[in-house]
Amino acid sequence: MSIRIAQTKSARPFPEAAREAIQDTQLRHNVRRATNTIRTKRANMVAEMPDWQQLRESGRAIKRHVLRYLDLYLEQFEQGVTRAGGHVHWAQDADEARQIIRDLIAQHNAHEVIKVKTMTSDEIELNSYLQANGITPYETDLADLIIQLGEDYPSHIVVPALHKNRAQIEQIFSKRMPLKEMGIDHLTSDPNALADTARRYLRERFLRVKVAISGANYAIAETGSLVVVESEGNGRMCLTLPDVLISLVGIEKIIPSFQDLEVFLQMLARSATGERMSPYTSVWTGVNPDDGPKEFHVVLLDNGRANVLADDQGRQALHCIRCAACLNACPVYSHTGGHAYGSVYPGPIGAILTPQLLELNGARSLPYASSLCGACYEACPVMINIPEVLIHLRTKVVQSEKDSLLGGLSIENLAMKSALHLFEHPELLESAYCLARIGQGPLVENGVLPYVPGMTQWTRTRDLVAVPPQSFREWWRTRDSRNESTRDAA
Amino acid sequence: MIVSLFITCYTDLMFPQTGRAVVKVLERLGHNVEFRNSQTCCGQMHSNTGYASEATSLMRRFAGTFTDAEAVCVPSSSCVATIRTQYPKLAAETGNIALMAQVESLIPRVFEFSEFLTRHLGVDDVGAYYPHHVTYHPSCHGLRALQLGDAPYRLLKNVRGLDLIDLPQKEDCCGFGGTFAVKNADTSAAMLSDKVRSILDTGAELCVATDNSCLMHIFGALHRERTGVKTAHIAEVLAATEAEPFA
Repeated sequence: MSIRIAQTKSARPFPEAAREAIQDTQLRHNVRRATNTIRTKRANMVAEMPDWQQLRESGRAIKRHVLRYLDLYLEQFEQGVTRAGGHVHWAQDADEARQIIRDLIAQHNAHEVIKVKTMTSDEIELNSYLQANGITPYETDLADLIIQLGEDYPSHIVVPALHKNRAQIEQIFSKRMPLKEMGIDHLTSDPNALADTARRYLRERFLRVKVAISGANYAIAETGSLVVVESEGNGRMCLTLPDVLISLVGIEKIIPSFQDLEVFLQMLARSATGERMSPYTSVWTGVNPDDGPKEFHVVLLDNGRANVLADDQGRQALHCIRCAACLNACPVYSHTGGHAYGSVYPGPIGAILTPQLLELNGARSLPYASSLCGACYEACPVMINIPEVLIHLRTKVVQSEKDSLLGGLSIENLAMKSALHLFEHPELLESAYCLARIGQGPLVENGVLPYVPGMTQWTRTRDLVAVPPQSFREWWRTRDSRNESTRDAA
Repeated sequence: MIVSLFITCYTDLMFPQTGRAVVKVLERLGHNVEFRNSQTCCGQMHSNTGYASEATSLMRRFAGTFTDAEAVCVPSSSCVATIRTQYPKLAAETGNIALMAQVESLIPRVFEFSEFLTRHLGVDDVGAYYPHHVTYHPSCHGLRALQLGDAPYRLLKNVRGLDLIDLPQKEDCCGFGGTFAVKNADTSAAMLSDKVRSILDTGAELCVATDNSCLMHIFGALHRERTGVKTAHIAEVLAATEAEPFA
């Protein structure tokens, strides 16, 4: 089995990629501005919901239940799709999914497909695969179109081109669209002009192309229905106009019943874009002889999800409804943007999902890409305790390091071992403090340590407080009148 | 009440004045403070970096040290958060029923300093006097893990002479995050830069918090940039009186 998650193969460790991102002034400005805007809108929309916490708990409860009985619900879903005239395909990994999709397109002698935003197709790098096989994919979501034309990667789960501003978008359009043929003499960076240009560019393709590829926000087991929530109406066109619809869906997207949408549809748009509802919510079941696609396929994708499911602490990452509220809330993401994560799923959720899907391979730095501030957990509509999972994954990383000879001798491991030894022997503490004071002597300047060899990662940008002459425990010991209240509980 | 002080490892070594301030405030309120010498570290650094078995050893030490304490007062939100949110899991992973029970029974008796005063003792006014402009940084663990809410604000608002200035974007992390500050030094520094700007925007002379760890980080930049703005644990402000300004 070959589990692949886009970008991770060539990705540099997070600290290295982040260092570069942090120096990109334009990126910093764009990401900060966008995340601040969505954060504010989300906060307003959440504040008007008196039962928000109960909704979060319901969302978590439904997701937990689904994961507990996922095998049964997946079979029920398959039966529902088949009953309604659709076809279900099972893909164990990215390669299988891509082959299934390519074969389906080939069966219809199609050489182009239209796509509605699907992170799952980005996960398996479907576009480059289709192109290599002579099939041209057209992204129809505005942001995805910008990414595709700009030969870029998505940097956000909901707003993939969030790292670009309108001037940059205008340049991409001017360079990559046949503006003259479209009857546009001069494009400006006015948002309306940009949207209108994209609309004209896409409209012709919506009407021409016979095969569409979508993802799904939810797959309803009870009825075999799929649900796509979107803002631009491009999804509705992809889902209804072509003859053939292929939907690529991660196995964790199942919800038991139609009724459960009540919970998720109240939370998704509020969390994702700070709206009460998204403008378009499409629900469809199989095929209908008088309307919509004549042929409907669902490709159910594992690609590492079963590994995640097997971990009782980590599996909550599969609750994710891809709202990206954790990205917008995250102070790390809002300083680095999404590309630094080197994973199609960036931000806090990416930091716990990608390493698990890949069983840590190629994503070992991601669980450390967080200050554990907890803003992500607070924002998550399905209450994924991201800091808890990050710590859990860090433990796995450390364990695998310890198991290797080199890792066991790493500076960090030795430092942690020495610290533990000291903390296990409080009688040694005062001597250790004394050594620290002697050691820092030549480095103290103006009451602080502006430079400490071996700790330059700290002192490059921050002074370090100097160790004072007397620790608390030394002061307490010498406090004459209080000596009687000192006791040793050992 | 006999209050057992858990000073925490880094406050013991780096910020003894915070411990002295906690003792002063609690004694002023009429309580007896005790210090148990077998205490060292809660294990947060180990646990948060992925060294779970090492953290478990330190949890055993903590639980053994304070098992019969009436109340344990801790001048650090993040250490209390480790005890409350991570100890039950670490204990469960040992499969040791006695340890699990010991930890479970101890946790409700462990308090962060400001919540201990306001919620456990029911005191909002500790009789402090500190005639300066102060801003308060709600540390992430105090804010989110412990839900301290208005507890620190109530204490500060009752300090005579103190002018409390609201910190813009106060809920944003300062970028410390323990080993995050060195493992991801550049991102950490970028986050810190925003926090410093917010603090300077207040015009305050002093930034206080319930965690010396965040303050050590913030101070590092405030001092490097020669801003002249100081940092102090909230206990140090609450310890100050007209008769005895806390130094």
